Amino acid sequence: MIRTPLRPLARILEARDKGENPDAIERENLRLRHEQMRDKMRGRAESRLLVMGILFFCGFLMVGTRMALLASTDPEEPQATVRSAQIVSQRADIVDREGRILATNMQTNHLYAHPQDMVDPVHTAKELVKIFPELKEERLLKDFTGKRKFLWIRRQLSPEQVQAVHDIGEPGLNFGPRETRLYPNGSIASHILGGASYGREGVASAEVVGIAGVEKVYDEFLRDPSNGSQPLQLSLDLTVQAAAEKVLEGGMMLMNAKGAAAVVMDIKTGELISLVSLPDFDPNNRPVPLTKGSAGDSPLFNRAVQGVYELGSTFKLFAAAQALELGLVTPETKLDTKGPLRWGRFRIRDFHNYGSQLSVTETIIKSSNIGTARLALLIGTERQKDFLDRLGLLEKPTVEILEASGAKPLTPKKWSELSSLTISYGHGLSVSPVHLAGAYASVLNGGTRVNPTLLKQSGPQNGERIVSERTSAQVRSMLRQVVTKGTASFGEVPGYAVAGKTGTADKPKPTGGYYKDKVIATFASVFPAHDPKYVVIVTLDEPEDRMSDEPRRTAGWTAVPVAAELIGRIAPLMGLRPEVEPAAVGEVTLASH
Amino acid sequence: MRTLFGILTAVVVIGLAYWAYGENYRTQDALAESRKVSNEIEAARSRLAVLRAEWAYLNRPDRLRDLAELNFDSLGLLHMTADHFGEISEIAYPVPVNPLFDEPVELSSDQLEMMQ
Repeated sequence: MIRTPLRPLARILEARDKGENPDAIERENLRLRHEQMRDKMRGRAESRLLVMGILFFCGFLMVGTRMALLASTDPEEPQATVRSAQIVSQRADIVDREGRILATNMQTNHLYAHPQDMVDPVHTAKELVKIFPELKEERLLKDFTGKRKFLWIRRQLSPEQVQAVHDIGEPGLNFGPRETRLYPNGSIASHILGGASYGREGVASAEVVGIAGVEKVYDEFLRDPSNGSQPLQLSLDLTVQAAAEKVLEGGMMLMNAKGAAAVVMDIKTGELISLVSLPDFDPNNRPVPLTKGSAGDSPLFNRAVQGVYELGSTFKLFAAAQALELGLVTPETKLDTKGPLRWGRFRIRDFHNYGSQLSVTETIIKSSNIGTARLALLIGTERQKDFLDRLGLLEKPTVEILEASGAKPLTPKKWSELSSLTISYGHGLSVSPVHLAGAYASVLNGGTRVNPTLLKQSGPQNGERIVSERTSAQVRSMLRQVVTKGTASFGEVPGYAVAGKTGTADKPKPTGGYYKDKVIATFASVFPAHDPKYVVIVTLDEPEDRMSDEPRRTAGWTAVPVAAELIGRIAPLMGLRPEVEPAAVGEVTLASH
Repeated sequence: MRTLFGILTAVVVIGLAYWAYGENYRTQDALAESRKVSNEIEAARSRLAVLRAEWAYLNRPDRLRDLAELNFDSLGLLHMTADHFGEISEIAYPVPVNPLFDEPVELSSDQLEMMQ
């Protein structure tokens, strides 16, 4: 830039000639230069301000637009992460101990209509009735042409039906996808699984919720997405369960019983390998509960868990075990069995007269009520009550199904001495077969408490000690003799050394007193006797063996043969090799000292 | 110098912007691909679930029992009982055949040199 000089020589000389002050020219020029500089600075500042202004404007505009955008759009998940394809269905499967499916899900569709979108309601109604004969054409037509904007037409369509409805080509017909609980094995293990149904229901989806059995108890676990569709593994064995149901069904028919229950339990782990209650139902199509009559007549009723019965002589084992454990008697101690035993105005009788004296072992073998009552007298009320409590017979069963919460044993209101006498041989205290299985396991597995469970366990429970190993072996030997030479002679299964106790109890009338011709016959057993692995309880409701002239109802004739057949069928399925029983002499020596 | 620096910066910014632009599209492509794959996995899983359900349904004990009864003539399947257990020593193994020496072998040292 060429600067204008402050004192241009020409003008200075000219001013000197005129006699003017040349400094004025310099001042004037300086002033002009300053003005020039000021204008330039201002211009630059203004343009900078403008640029800053534009920048800020853009910045605020961007923030504002983003805020407006965020406020006006629907929230959505960030897309910058990869979705995991973990969750397939909203409810986890239930599998048996070998991983075979007991309950799973299937995609189905529900059909609904938007009548306002319909092109040809008359044709549609006609075609729909062709596909679903149970629908009424007039009814559909009335709905399609009426004021309704939305209606469900049919639940759970198969893929073929969906295609057929598609082929009608009606835009007013739509499908709501649904997950359905499927029990592929039908009625097998129905009482344990329970059932599922829809909870909150929308058009596009619906909750599947458990309504009974393990489905209800483990509802939260099964629906929890954080489990990643990890299945719920039960302790059941599907093949054993199927075989047990078949055998029990046959036995129930042969013995003309109106119901039956069976429990197969691992004696150490408490795992229920099979839990059967007949009659049963199909959980895919769960029947509605009875509105009148006794709930016990419904197929939904689980006799093995909910059915609390007086289980009769099977209880004698507990009196014998406790008396032995307390050191009150030895297996050879003689008990006075001269009948009838009077207690106040009550008399206790035996089925037969067994003479004036029986040893403790013989009392169990012959199932003497009087002998057992004597044991109860020796034990005393308090100790008996405490023992039964420790066996879990006075509380709700631990089985993980909804129905167990209502299966509280029926105990006498006042536990008098008379109650303790009758309870010692199984009258006056009502428990379920699964209670009995737990108690038998606890006494006979070597003497530690076992809680029946439906979940697969990794090892033995090793619970509280109930009786000593020795007592356990002694009562096992007694039970083995019940089968070899006592009331359960039909219970012998070659190779599996069954030990068990029969129990026949008259059914109580709802009005009070007992029926003369209706009994509950039970066989509670363990096998093999020398190294017990499983407990099997078979209960028949009102059995009657009509093969001879006089109908026979005692457990030895009814429940025992069914249990023997059951053990013969399921033991090989559980991989149990038949064994030659160790010589009985050894056991007697062990038992006596 | 300052001008050169300014030009260089501008070039770098343009270059980075170009790179980021390309990277953005590649990320979106990768996400779309992974979505597609996870959809495929989901579809495969649900197909698998249906197949498992069908397998369980076709293998239900009732059906197998009926099939065993229907085909009793050809299969002769019976319930598993205690006498089906055996010892390993009871199994008749086939006598092993030695494939190397199933023909007579001449044992002489005549051809020893030749073989060597």
